[in-house]
Amino acid sequence: MAAKKFPVEAGHILLFARSIGDENVVYTDEEAAKATEAGGIIAPPTFVQASAQFDPNYVLRPKIGQPWFGSGKNPTGRVASAGGGGGGGNGGGLHAEQHYEYHRPLRAGDVLTSETKPGKTWEKEGRRSGKLVFSESVTEYRDQKGELVVTARGVGVRTERPVEQPADSKQEA
Amino acid sequence: MALSASQLKVGETHTARLVDDLSRTQIVQYAGASGDYNPLHTDEVFTTKVAGYPSVFAHGMLTMGMTGKMLTDYVGDARLTKYGVRFTSQVWPGDTLDSTATLKAIGDKDGAKIAEFDVKTVNQNGVEVLSGYAEARVDP
Repeated sequence: MAAKKFPVEAGHILLFARSIGDENVVYTDEEAAKATEAGGIIAPPTFVQASAQFDPNYVLRPKIGQPWFGSGKNPTGRVASAGGGGGGGNGGGLHAEQHYEYHRPLRAGDVLTSETKPGKTWEKEGRRSGKLVFSESVTEYRDQKGELVVTARGVGVRTERPVEQPADSKQEA
Repeated sequence: MALSASQLKVGETHTARLVDDLSRTQIVQYAGASGDYNPLHTDEVFTTKVAGYPSVFAHGMLTMGMTGKMLTDYVGDARLTKYGVRFTSQVWPGDTLDSTATLKAIGDKDGAKIAEFDVKTVNQNGVEVLSGYAEARVDP
């Protein structure tokens, strides 16, 4: 994900923390957070993923005036490419791995920029989903002083067909 | 409260319940907060009729985020130096997840004590949905 400017804001951290079920005061209460070792509002470990909000070209966000591949009048608003099981046709595949290195805590008030570089790609034959094509990307998040705050390495996978479910796994779900 | 190296024993574990009966609404909440609006996670019609899955399913990053709470509650705030995972099975609405960190080693790095953990999250059937590692700065 490439965000020219990713302002790390307390309100956004609060919403993100709630969504992962974590109402730790270091994410949700400025006054209480001051009294902790963190010394103020910090971001949860996976928060930089929300830089997607600030990537103008992020493909998994509907764009005003453009067809969206989710359902509306029809089950999809876009003609899917042939055979694209791929975790949802043109949905950008599935997320296989994510790795973070933290160089310092990310704080409310930081303004990050990020740059993503493609990494390796490789293929594997999957038992439950046909051919798997993996691709890696490395994103560096730097702060307002240009210093590295978080290094993220993600691996995405495109599958030949939807991942088969073991017969009994779904229906407890 | 941070952990203290002198009180930790390799092999010791910490387990926490991440979520009980994961709701579609929580998945929607995560979509909104993270900005990942992939309909596979929020749009039952698309996911069942077009993508061919039995229902919507959680973002891998939601599972990683919830697992991160288990870690930060254990090692303390602002203590993680590394955290990485593989998503090994999908997580569905209705799932109940438990996550465990197991202390693998304690080492020294740049004058600090670093604890290394294996991390694993399983669903109500004992199926592993996330497998990974974390490293954290701990007190001496």
